[in-house]
Amino acid sequence: MSEPAINPESVDGDVALREFADAHLTRARMAITLVVLGAVLVVVAMVAAAFGSVHIDLMRAIADSSSADHAILFGARIPRVLMGAIVGAVLAAVGAALQALVRNPLAEGGILGISGGGAFGAIVALVVFSRLGGADAAVPICAFAASLLSTLAVYRLALVDGRLEPFTLLLVGVIFNAFWGAAIMLVNSIVNFYFTHSIIFWLMGSFEAPTYREVAMVTVLGFIGFAILIARARDMNLLSLGDDEAAELGVEVEAVRRTIFIVTSLMIGAAVSVSGIISFVGLIVPHIIRTAIGADHRMLIPASILGGAAFTVAADLIARVAIAPSELPVGAITALCGGPFFIYVLRREGRKSLAL
Amino acid sequence: MGDTESIAHEDRGASECRSESAGVAIRAINLTAGYGDRAVLHGVSIDVHAGELLAIVGPNGAGKSTLLRILGGTLRPWSGTVELEGRPLGEYDRRAIARRLAIVAQENLVAFRFTVLEIVLMGRAPHLGAFHFETRHDLEIAHAALERFDLIGLARRPIQELSGGERKRVFLARALAQDPHVALLDEPTAFLDLRHVAEIFARLRELRLERGLAVIATLHDLNAAALHADRVLLMKDGAVAGYGTPDEVFTVENLRAVYETEVYVGRNPANGAITVLPGRIGSTVRRDA
Repeated sequence: MSEPAINPESVDGDVALREFADAHLTRARMAITLVVLGAVLVVVAMVAAAFGSVHIDLMRAIADSSSADHAILFGARIPRVLMGAIVGAVLAAVGAALQALVRNPLAEGGILGISGGGAFGAIVALVVFSRLGGADAAVPICAFAASLLSTLAVYRLALVDGRLEPFTLLLVGVIFNAFWGAAIMLVNSIVNFYFTHSIIFWLMGSFEAPTYREVAMVTVLGFIGFAILIARARDMNLLSLGDDEAAELGVEVEAVRRTIFIVTSLMIGAAVSVSGIISFVGLIVPHIIRTAIGADHRMLIPASILGGAAFTVAADLIARVAIAPSELPVGAITALCGGPFFIYVLRREGRKSLAL
Repeated sequence: MGDTESIAHEDRGASECRSESAGVAIRAINLTAGYGDRAVLHGVSIDVHAGELLAIVGPNGAGKSTLLRILGGTLRPWSGTVELEGRPLGEYDRRAIARRLAIVAQENLVAFRFTVLEIVLMGRAPHLGAFHFETRHDLEIAHAALERFDLIGLARRPIQELSGGERKRVFLARALAQDPHVALLDEPTAFLDLRHVAEIFARLRELRLERGLAVIATLHDLNAAALHADRVLLMKDGAVAGYGTPDEVFTVENLRAVYETEVYVGRNPANGAITVLPGRIGSTVRRDA
């Protein structure tokens, strides 16, 4: 190893280095941020479990396992909060990763058509397998497959002369998203009225009545995905400089991109198969975190996981109590927040980002 | 990784005195390359020694950037080989290349609001494992690179807020943080004003002398190439039209043939360097006394 040339007089040791601690990601800053976000998530989750369309007595719910309060808390509220947390975490982490991949803060599972593909797969599986049986297993598998196929198609169509054009990818994704929406409406209009509620459920996104088994499935897949994305976080930083620049800094760009596309498709497929399309979480959460604490993906990915979970649990709480005793689809809440937010980001950052 | 040879040459031209085999940092042998079935490079060979500055000049579309991409390993040649420190480029993996060779592209766009220091620290990535945080050592290297390119005051600014010249210096500092033996620079002085051009060449010169950094730079400015480069590769239509010292390559005949326009070649009385001036097309070149 050749010794880097450092002029000893020019570096005032620790003083100079500490002075720049706010100019880059440090372990201390990362730890503080994740602890704060973790605490926010715990508080939001506890509030969301305590409140709902009916009032329950928490003491009785915990003490008396035969009470109705117990059944509501453990049978309905807690699985629902857990489902909201894991799905929100998945959506936000995927959004952050896809934004790094296409070098554009407007990318997200929904906008790239991945969620739409997954929802279409889930609906087709539901309709076909409800007669044959085995819909429980077929729905998530078809959602994975359709998400993945949709991603691969969008990716192939965005390759220009063998190079990925991020802006083309975004446009193709938007078109696919609209296409899947239309395909779902088509299925809706030709199948039995019996399926309409399920189809609307997937189209709007909802955490209505999840089971612990579904929560476990998304949690396992989600955590595998988180581990892979966090392992690739430094590569995502380098990809922000451009594909060639990342390669020149040692990133195997094609392999990393393929890994992230496949992992995020499977994560989205898992989330969609249990909760439908919940849009804009993957857009809003990483954007706020990036603005607040910086662009380094080693922080952004784990912070988006915690922030996405807290945001989605809060949105679902609003969905449950806003017009109680009936409830809104949580996807409607996130879309109502997300639409204006998307326009705001587009206006503020669109011009310089899209020029890439 | 062996210790790089301590290079002790005081001036340009001294590089020629060095023993041939010891100091070859990067060598290209008979490269041909292209895109699709369109050939853009025909049999280009170069060798650049540690501490040397090779300028690649030629008209637009001559294949300068293509050559740079092949030397950096991001484009595969159709035939021919590139040797980095005596070993074929294909024998290194990406990260091993990045620890020896740094590249600064012509355009430096960044997608998200990274700070200047974060960008420079990215130069340490090839030296770090996937989960490793930058150590004190990495921060010291980044700090020295910032200082070298006069960026200390900008360290915490988002890269998007910087001017073109400042941004160029950030990317040069990032390349320096890679601790490379070879630097490939695509138009490092394009769109910069006179002072910044001079500053960048001065910094590069320091690095060449201090640590034997070999620099290959594409340049549009022939006068800068004549003034700062040890050797010049003159390219036209993907082929070598001249290769040697600026005095050897920058002749009226060579330049007229390559640029297909009238030129005036003279010497700067102040420092003896070759100077090239454009002539007027369609009229004889007027020479003032």
